[in-house]
Amino acid sequence: MVFRVGVDVGGTFTDLLLIDEDSGARHIAKVPSTPADLSAGVLQGLEKVCRQADIAPRAIGQVMHGTTVATNAILTGSGARVGLVTTQGYGQVLQVARSFVPGGLGAWVIYNKSAPLAPLELTIEAKERLSARGDVVEPLDEDDLRAKLRQLRARGVEALTVSLVNAYADGRHERRVQAIAEEEMPGVPVSLSSAVIPEMQEYERTITTVANSYVRPVVAGYVTALQGDLRDRLGDHNLHLLRSDGGLASAEAARATPVNLLMSGPAGGVAGAIWIAQQAGYQNLLTFDMGGTSTDVCLVQDGRARTRRETTVGDVTVRASSLDVRTVGAGGGSIAHVPELTKALRVGPQSAGADPGPAAYNKGGTSPTVTDANVVLGYLPASARLGGELAIDREKAATAVQTVADALDLSLERAAAGIIDIVNENMFGALRLVSVEQGYDPRDFALVAFGGAGPMHANALGRLMNSWPVIIPPGPGVLCAYGDATTRLRNEASRTFIRRFPETGSAEVGAILKELQETAAAALDAEGVPRSDQTTTCQIDLRYHGQGLLLTVDVALDGFTTGGLEAAGDQFDQMHTQLFTFALDADKEVVNLRAVVHGQATTLAAEPLEASGSDPAAAAIGTQAIYVDQEPRQATIYDRVALRAGHRISGPAIVTEMDATSLILPGHTGEIDALGNILIRPHTS
Amino acid sequence: MPATIQQTNTTPFQRVTVDPVTLDIIENALRNARFEMDAVLFRTAMSPGIREQHDEFPMIANLDGKMVVGQFGSFIHGFLQAYDGEIEEGDVFLTSDPYSCDAAISHGNDWLVLMPIYKDGRMISWVAMFGHVTDVGGKVPGSLPTDARQIFEEGVIIPPVKIYKRGVLQEDILDLILRNCRLPQWNRSDLNAILAACRLAGRRTIELAERFGDDVYYSALEELLDRNRRAMRELIRTMIPEEKRTFEDYVCDDGLGMGPYKLHCAMWREGDKVIFDFAETDPQSIGSINFYLSEAMFKMFCGVFMIMVFDPQILFNDGFYDLMEVRIPRGSLLKPRRPGALSCRTHTLGRVFDIISGLFGQGAPDLLCAAGFSDSPHFMYSGYDKNGEWYQLYQIGFGGIPGRPMGDGPDGHSLWPSFTNVPNEFLESYFPLRIDTYETVTDSGGPGLHRGGNGISIGYRFLEPGEISIHDDRWLTYPWGVNGGLPGGRSTKLLVRTDGSREYLPSKCDRIMVEEGDILYFNTWGGGGWGDPLQRDADLVAADVARGLVSVEGAKRYGVVMNGDGTVDQAATTALREKIAAERPALQLFDFGGSIEELKARCKAETMLDPPAEPQIPRWLSSGQSAGVG
Repeated sequence: MVFRVGVDVGGTFTDLLLIDEDSGARHIAKVPSTPADLSAGVLQGLEKVCRQADIAPRAIGQVMHGTTVATNAILTGSGARVGLVTTQGYGQVLQVARSFVPGGLGAWVIYNKSAPLAPLELTIEAKERLSARGDVVEPLDEDDLRAKLRQLRARGVEALTVSLVNAYADGRHERRVQAIAEEEMPGVPVSLSSAVIPEMQEYERTITTVANSYVRPVVAGYVTALQGDLRDRLGDHNLHLLRSDGGLASAEAARATPVNLLMSGPAGGVAGAIWIAQQAGYQNLLTFDMGGTSTDVCLVQDGRARTRRETTVGDVTVRASSLDVRTVGAGGGSIAHVPELTKALRVGPQSAGADPGPAAYNKGGTSPTVTDANVVLGYLPASARLGGELAIDREKAATAVQTVADALDLSLERAAAGIIDIVNENMFGALRLVSVEQGYDPRDFALVAFGGAGPMHANALGRLMNSWPVIIPPGPGVLCAYGDATTRLRNEASRTFIRRFPETGSAEVGAILKELQETAAAALDAEGVPRSDQTTTCQIDLRYHGQGLLLTVDVALDGFTTGGLEAAGDQFDQMHTQLFTFALDADKEVVNLRAVVHGQATTLAAEPLEASGSDPAAAAIGTQAIYVDQEPRQATIYDRVALRAGHRISGPAIVTEMDATSLILPGHTGEIDALGNILIRPHTS
Repeated sequence: MPATIQQTNTTPFQRVTVDPVTLDIIENALRNARFEMDAVLFRTAMSPGIREQHDEFPMIANLDGKMVVGQFGSFIHGFLQAYDGEIEEGDVFLTSDPYSCDAAISHGNDWLVLMPIYKDGRMISWVAMFGHVTDVGGKVPGSLPTDARQIFEEGVIIPPVKIYKRGVLQEDILDLILRNCRLPQWNRSDLNAILAACRLAGRRTIELAERFGDDVYYSALEELLDRNRRAMRELIRTMIPEEKRTFEDYVCDDGLGMGPYKLHCAMWREGDKVIFDFAETDPQSIGSINFYLSEAMFKMFCGVFMIMVFDPQILFNDGFYDLMEVRIPRGSLLKPRRPGALSCRTHTLGRVFDIISGLFGQGAPDLLCAAGFSDSPHFMYSGYDKNGEWYQLYQIGFGGIPGRPMGDGPDGHSLWPSFTNVPNEFLESYFPLRIDTYETVTDSGGPGLHRGGNGISIGYRFLEPGEISIHDDRWLTYPWGVNGGLPGGRSTKLLVRTDGSREYLPSKCDRIMVEEGDILYFNTWGGGGWGDPLQRDADLVAADVARGLVSVEGAKRYGVVMNGDGTVDQAATTALREKIAAERPALQLFDFGGSIEELKARCKAETMLDPPAEPQIPRWLSSGQSAGVG
């Protein structure tokens, strides 16, 4: 027997999913996370899940891990002391940061900028210069560099970034700086911009490489320690980490370029949603992950999540591929308020967070939150378990929401419904951003809801979007661990190659793509993945010469040499028309080339749920007075554990389980499918 | 005669009650539609000014043309009054003539598209957007001649025309316009992009009307306007005193060797209404620094400034316009007469923001910000490269955000919303130049308890012969400090030739010939300081020294003396601070760095440039005759 385990370490809980690779049988465990030493929680969880499955830990062959270690290092400012080497005249590249002030007219009055990730006092300038085509204009002054590196070493630099102007075109000066740095400051890890992200734009390349250096010691330390602990308990095994783009990286790759792990957390949820929805027969999805403070949404077409060339954590945005997950500051803890001056109802972005949390949690919070509004409306019944611990205090919730009702001169229920409508509208905006605004019709997509609060708002969002069915997978709180366990190895390599179409051709572009494929495949080769199990997707970023945008066109390497560039150009025209309603009769321009190599997709099947008739009465555990569509109704409460495949639940109804509560609205039916998903659809009109 | 609007469906809209939640949802949806317009434009436009600097402004307005969402206030009412013709479904208007649209746009590089939105044969909204296109012809590349004396020198002037008539593109008109531009492909793409953004906003408004009902959509727009008005009425009554306050500031010169030009505004309240009176502002310039200030736009600037602190999420609109009255004398720098040149109005526009800040801040010194980088200086470089291909660079510069009550001003940023610089690697791969240095100007931030941000020094090394243009200001007057803070550093432009000769260029100039290997140091100005610099934590000053943002010598302006190892000499610092405190005059609310007379007297010695001469008034201004009218 061979087992694999998916491990997702979140802020509060560590979720584990153990899968028998032969039978597909699954075991789930949830243990508290251990922020001081995260691997301790992982090990406790492993023991627990092995006990539940009654197997020896040594039966586990693969550990697939989603981690927020890199993310948290940036969010909490606890990364390494990074030294930076730039070209002479460019030392303040991060200080200026493209001169951007966020917000509208006058926003500079209230904008306070945070200090750069690599402090200016730890930045040195190398005397050297390359041209835009990568030719040496001024050779590297090595003596001057050595002297400056020695000063840096004396100031206690823990990681070093080298980012020289035009290094995307040629990395030779950066490699020479690295060689010298390794002599002058042995043991300090060096990240080169020409290796991490050989793409044009000095600020973006520098911040990305600095972010890599910044999280590198903490990620490397964590991965090494975890590997050691796992080897003690599991013996031989493979450890893989989930990348921001939803693929898996080897432990070695994670240590070298941890900047690719910054969005590992949300990527797990999307990967899990894809896996479960595909088994249920849905390829086109909108994922909807609503938590306490924010909501993440992502569009999946033909079973593939859209990716983008950008990852944002806190106020740091780096050029690393991530799933195109959009986040809005709307969650269960979002606070509703009414500005005195305008008497408008605002919800968020301020959040009561986990502490003190919504008023209903009775932990000292008094501000009216989205959760409190849900309690007032009866959507979150007193019998809901909230992870088995918290009790719901309806009185406190009502008192909090009453402040909004008084300010707007509305009834308590109308005010609560207003809060829900506004927060739903905010999330609707995020879903539109990834769908309508990218030229996709949301009616062609199913909506997969998870996270602590997603299942409660999903039906309403489905109604706004006209996206059916709304899918609520079993165990919506542990979906990330599913994603970790079911995704596949991935690596990519890219470079900037700016040529107008008349200046290059399919042969030249094809040759570079082939090189990039070799580079990307090397990491999978090292993992022992045979070439026959690797699949490569090549991408070309194109624009009309003169534009600032980039659209990514997928191309197949096979046969590219036979007129591939022209075909890519035609595809670009089509995409441009789909997105912006017009194409131009202008020269097209190649900007970036990229090869993405995948390992084999998992063939793991979801475990079916026992079937039954359509009547869910046996799972009913009570009724609840709710207020919906401006009128009072009685909703039936169901226990999810008791539901069986084939059951059909008529709304209004509430389904409770360990860590989530689902709401089915009047006029809708929730059907339990063969895998235990709740599929919500409107009654056919 | 005002415009006639043709509709096949003339059923009037009914004003119905809109519940507060629906109202907020429609407000959010309109906000989203506006950001969608921006996103489409940024991605598809070709002019760097639009793509990177985001020099563009979208708007969605109600039937009467009142702005419900946007940034700069509406101009549609003035347009409707002035347009003598019929408006039909499918018509789209294009204009670039500030004198024909009540200054909705303020120079010919701004192309404005106006689109009436129809649903079921009935007009339900207006959508509009304008963007700064790189070139519209005229006497110099970039179409912003610093020495222009008439608008006719500044490129093609497009009066309000139907570029689409009942849905059909008027190709003759477009061809005529594009034939007058140096980069027609860019203009065509930019126009396409603006049209695409407007069409998208039109679709969104129709979807909203379908979702909530036409009458609810119509009524919600009216209610949003009313809500703003109620809020602003409260603010005006509490923030604006009845007694008169005044503030003045200057544009240093006009590009023709004359200056400085005074902007002066008085502000007072009469009942619910606030009055802004620019009576003492200087007459219009013979040159191109005239800024035709739309009164609606000025109201919007003031409104945004007032409300930001109280409900930053508000969707700001036109509803409060009757609560403000703006008096600008015709023929002044802020309301020039045709055919006054307008292209280089950016400095005057920026200075209007300093006036607003100074006017409102006087009554609340704790909310007052120093003078910052209220400008967007331009740099142009053009010519034919070795392959005979035309290159034309237009760049906007950045500088210091001032010291503010919130804290230090960032270094090398912009006061304009969402402007970003163009990456140097991008410039080097598309233009024949290298950027040798891109760093902030040490000590250019005004010292204060909160330091002003530093200006930026860009070292452009030219790789082909060509010609350059420069547009900047604040080389004579200082970005002022407040509450005891000192002024920031002024701008300079130094051209170093391959033979080693050095030439300080004036802050506004055109057609300066450069050769391969010449280097231009384009240095912008810093932000003024906020609060007493002697009160700034000496360790913070030491940190700025370690970062190269302040020099060891510059630290002494904070009364801080550094040791050789980068630590603070505590004893010497205490002594120096006591000495400065004892010797300096009483701290002032504003520190302008000297009177205009003093600045002119010191000008040559400090800036290497001659002081500007007393401005002359255009001769035709007094006679009432002007060329090209009608």
